[in-house]
Amino acid sequence: MLTETALAKGAEAMAPVLSFRGITKTFPGVRALDGVDLDLYAGKVTALIGENGAGKSTVVKILTGIYQPDGGTILVNGVETHFPTAQAAAKAGVTAIHQETVLFDELTVAENIFIGHAPRTRFGLIDTSAMEVEAKRLLTSIGADLDPRIRLRELGIASKHLVAIARALSIDASVVIMDEPTAALSHKEIHELYELVEKLKAQGKAILFISHKFDEIFRIADRWTVFRDGQFVGSGEIAEVTEARLVQLMVGREVDKIYPKRPARIGPPVLTVAGYSHPTEFDDIGFTLHQGEILGFYGLVGAGRSELMQALFGITRPSKGACRIDDRVMVLRGTADAISAGIVYVPEDRGRQGAVKGLPIFQNVTLPSLAKTSRSGFLRLAEEFRMTRDYTSRLDLRAASLDQDVGLLSGGNQQKVVIAKWLATRPRVIILDEPTKGIDIGSKAAVHDFMSELAAEGLAVIMVSSEIPEVLGMSDRVIVMREGRIAAEFSGDRMTPENLVRAAAGIEGEAA
Amino acid sequence: MTGILKSREAILALAILALLALVAMRFPAFILPGNLANVLTDTSPLIILALGQMVVILTKCIDLSIAASLALCGMVAGLLNMAGVPIAVILLAVIVLGALLGAFNGLLVWKLGIPSIVVTLGTMTIYRGIIFLLTAGKWINAHQMSPEFKAFPRAMILGFPVMTWIMIAIVAIFAVLIYRTPLGRAFFAVGGNPHAAVYTGISVGRTQFAAFVISGTLAGLTGYLWVARYAVAYVDIAGGFELDVVAACVIGGVAIAGGAGSVAGAVMGALFLGIMKNALPVVGISPFAQMAISGIAILVAIAFNARSSRQKGRIILKQAEHRTVEGTA
Repeated sequence: MLTETALAKGAEAMAPVLSFRGITKTFPGVRALDGVDLDLYAGKVTALIGENGAGKSTVVKILTGIYQPDGGTILVNGVETHFPTAQAAAKAGVTAIHQETVLFDELTVAENIFIGHAPRTRFGLIDTSAMEVEAKRLLTSIGADLDPRIRLRELGIASKHLVAIARALSIDASVVIMDEPTAALSHKEIHELYELVEKLKAQGKAILFISHKFDEIFRIADRWTVFRDGQFVGSGEIAEVTEARLVQLMVGREVDKIYPKRPARIGPPVLTVAGYSHPTEFDDIGFTLHQGEILGFYGLVGAGRSELMQALFGITRPSKGACRIDDRVMVLRGTADAISAGIVYVPEDRGRQGAVKGLPIFQNVTLPSLAKTSRSGFLRLAEEFRMTRDYTSRLDLRAASLDQDVGLLSGGNQQKVVIAKWLATRPRVIILDEPTKGIDIGSKAAVHDFMSELAAEGLAVIMVSSEIPEVLGMSDRVIVMREGRIAAEFSGDRMTPENLVRAAAGIEGEAA
Repeated sequence: MTGILKSREAILALAILALLALVAMRFPAFILPGNLANVLTDTSPLIILALGQMVVILTKCIDLSIAASLALCGMVAGLLNMAGVPIAVILLAVIVLGALLGAFNGLLVWKLGIPSIVVTLGTMTIYRGIIFLLTAGKWINAHQMSPEFKAFPRAMILGFPVMTWIMIAIVAIFAVLIYRTPLGRAFFAVGGNPHAAVYTGISVGRTQFAAFVISGTLAGLTGYLWVARYAVAYVDIAGGFELDVVAACVIGGVAIAGGAGSVAGAVMGALFLGIMKNALPVVGISPFAQMAISGIAILVAIAFNARSSRQKGRIILKQAEHRTVEGTA
């Protein structure tokens, strides 16, 4: 008894390897981090927990020297330190293994491990043999049986992770950041990763473990820290906390008033999906979407929601299953088929998939509707301007003129242009993928308001969102996806933050 | 964007006028209407091909086989003429053949997804090789061509030869095609943001295919005009001309990364090069200096392009909205 207390005291007294004290980071319009504290201890795994937007990625970017904090101090072994560049962070012994590993497919395993700090010969050339020997030693130390001479592209994702970890060790890191390392791994690979984390702990590394999955947090973490909306909520020992408590800390807030959901008259079914499956992305998806309904899709990043929506929009093809509009079975061979069937998709990645920068607003809006605005093969610009004016004025678009380049608009206004583009096709079903991600509060409210209006007019809306307040505030019904499958469906009183988080993270049972 | 393009075209027009003024100081006769009309006629093939190349470049591709297609179609025109085929049929034949050559490029890009620079580098050699196979390297000379065959592009209508009228007609057709048809809009959308184009229901590959067919068709038509005007056909006619065509587009402000360009820009880019090629010899500048001066004009145009697109970037960043996306994720 006495020794245990002494041990605990000893751990408590142990100084952290790296600490954040009151770190603040602001972006125009958003305070990503607001005076947060974080402590990482040698030989311990600290889990950083929070919803999307809680500020986890910003922490990683500050730790690796990509972002500079606006305020607060970073202490390394008690000494105030700055990480002005990625190199400085690496020199201070901080290394990150990212969600999607940043490695070079065409280089060998050894070259990937040592790129930037390869051993040199007397003449300043890269000492390939020394590099390969050292790479082999590092790989063996983490239990990876890989040939350092093969090219990275021949490896699977799990092996690439091992290479990334070996790279982290090669710079003699004292702090290792693992940002959702298991997101893309299979069951077996995840267990191998756990063993690896144990090895790193034994080597005395301080590990920052970012994960949404509660089972793995309780499996491998020693300490926890929760952020919510960029603020520090609490931290402590994993042994002294329950899942329920962590979920409560994560989501503990009232749903905001920026969600003007109006009670909708839910009509007959419009879209029926049954047994929809894809070889790698999703499996056995079935649901019915009604006229006038907003159906929320919640889940963790990588749960297969966007992939499912892309299949419903004809970008990818399902291996099995049927999709019906009214009672007609739809065969979607491409996006043009989906658009003419009345399904439209407002993608998450506005910059890449949404607006055509360089084209004026009106040409963006009418792009999918040119068949309607042109007559006998010729465009009618007056008609295009009329159509654009109709839809953009309803969305309260702020632009100097409809002839203005879309690339010059703010993010929120670009999103309005993309939505106007789809509405102009007069769809039956509109799929909005993270419709308000990264846009300012004012534009958010306008998009939400408009979404309600559309549903009230009888459009069927699917909203994919990772923001719990938005999902709860806007949806009539919520489907939660996990690992490519539908994990749960909630409506009415059962639509609670706790239930969504539990279903998405795969925690059994429902909160009381 | 439109504002930048408009001012860019104004700058190009001023550059052309300045060039004419410079030449006129040394050689006043150059700017007599009769001579300018000759320069315009002389530049017509370049203008026609630059328009074809422009639609290809708009879709993020490039057609390096454009001069080889011209040569092959020109040779076929010459051979048909020797076989006694009437002019109207020859015209139709070169247009169809050119379209097929372009379609072959387009299919390889569309269906096999091979980068266009590789495809057209290959077909450029293949098309020239076919000319050799057809003729065993022999020339078709002026005396082997029928008088009507040679006279057609030179026939004068309202003060201009037919060749110039054909060029003017093509410019007019392009102005409508580019700005007033869904296909024209698709060229800009596909080049400006291929991902977004897919999401909008536009097939990127099919649009690129269409661009290559257009480029090939124009090359085919120009092939006949070229061979008839110069009254000679051989394997290497218009050798290296594809680079002049690309240069005309670049000088005319067609973005090599696709998605931006204008009919007026391409026409003026071609005119600028054409005037330079015609004017430099008369003011006594050596052919080698001419090449260097053309090269400098291209670099200046590219530097100007890069500068204007950088400015565009700064304007977007002022809004700074999309930066917050990464920050809050």
